[in-house]
Amino acid sequence: MIWVAVITAAVGCYLLKLAGVSLPPAVLERPDVRRVAAFLPVAMLAGLIAVELFDDGGRLGVDVWMLAGMAAAVVALILRQSFLVVIVVAAATTAILRAVS
Amino acid sequence: MSEDSRSAIRRDAAGIAAYAAAFGASFGAVSVASGLSVAQTMVLSLVMFSGASQFAVVGVIGGGGTGLAAVPAALLLGVRNMFYGVPMTRILGRRDLTGPRRLVAAHLVIDETTAMAVGRDEPAEQRYAFWITGALLFVLWNAGTLAGAVGGSAIGDPATLGLDAMVPASFLALMWPRLRERQARWVAAGGALVATALIPLAPAGIPVLAAAPVAVVAGLFPGRATKGDT
Repeated sequence: MIWVAVITAAVGCYLLKLAGVSLPPAVLERPDVRRVAAFLPVAMLAGLIAVELFDDGGRLGVDVWMLAGMAAAVVALILRQSFLVVIVVAAATTAILRAVS
Repeated sequence: MSEDSRSAIRRDAAGIAAYAAAFGASFGAVSVASGLSVAQTMVLSLVMFSGASQFAVVGVIGGGGTGLAAVPAALLLGVRNMFYGVPMTRILGRRDLTGPRRLVAAHLVIDETTAMAVGRDEPAEQRYAFWITGALLFVLWNAGTLAGAVGGSAIGDPATLGLDAMVPASFLALMWPRLRERQARWVAAGGALVATALIPLAPAGIPVLAAAPVAVVAGLFPGRATKGDT
């Protein structure tokens, strides 16, 4: 039964990706579709960040150390640090605060 | 595309792949601990290749659910990859989306590769960012999974190292350039707000999907979304 679930879910997830990149060019050239396409990753990644930060097993909750790590990442971004520095700063801040708390 | 931007993209991709290896290892360990075999674990990383959906499958099975209950949970979380296909189809263009190449490109359309691609301005850079991130991530995610599935409990809790904080931080870093635009900031704020509001109300996967209509509204009514704001 686990095999059936693993293969069904895995193939299903792949077919969803394939459907997404199979849209006809005529649809994609429309200006409103282009604007929506540009905003989709922004909206969904922002939603994803919110869920990472505030989803406590289906309830609203927040891991303050992770939030502190995000704040440190924002500071690094404002200071124009590179991607690697930003994510390492976030991880290190969170890990250090967890260790001392 | 300059050599400078090429190497900047490679550096960012390597950073993402490094955390993917660490996360893949924790996924492999969690999966085997949840009762899946090493082979089943590897099929998930190789064929599903979508971290959130994979964790959903092992979470449901590990939590005592029947195998089939894991399928809708995984698919729900996988729907957003379908939405990412819209901007990615524009970015990749016909050359990357013909014949067998499309089958490979489709597999690599996930949060990280989409974010890396849309975070760049030049079309050539966007394509390069997508492919290099996708290839590195795929190899290291799977290598990490195998190490974790076989090595098991030798891998510590990723939370101790703050690895869990890397995920939201990396998405923020990747979309940071887009947030220079006022309208994109509103879309991001709206998406985050909608998703947060739905966390206690909807099953996993739905809150992130519910952020998509914010982009649709902003895209269809560009004037209205910025009214009184310029």
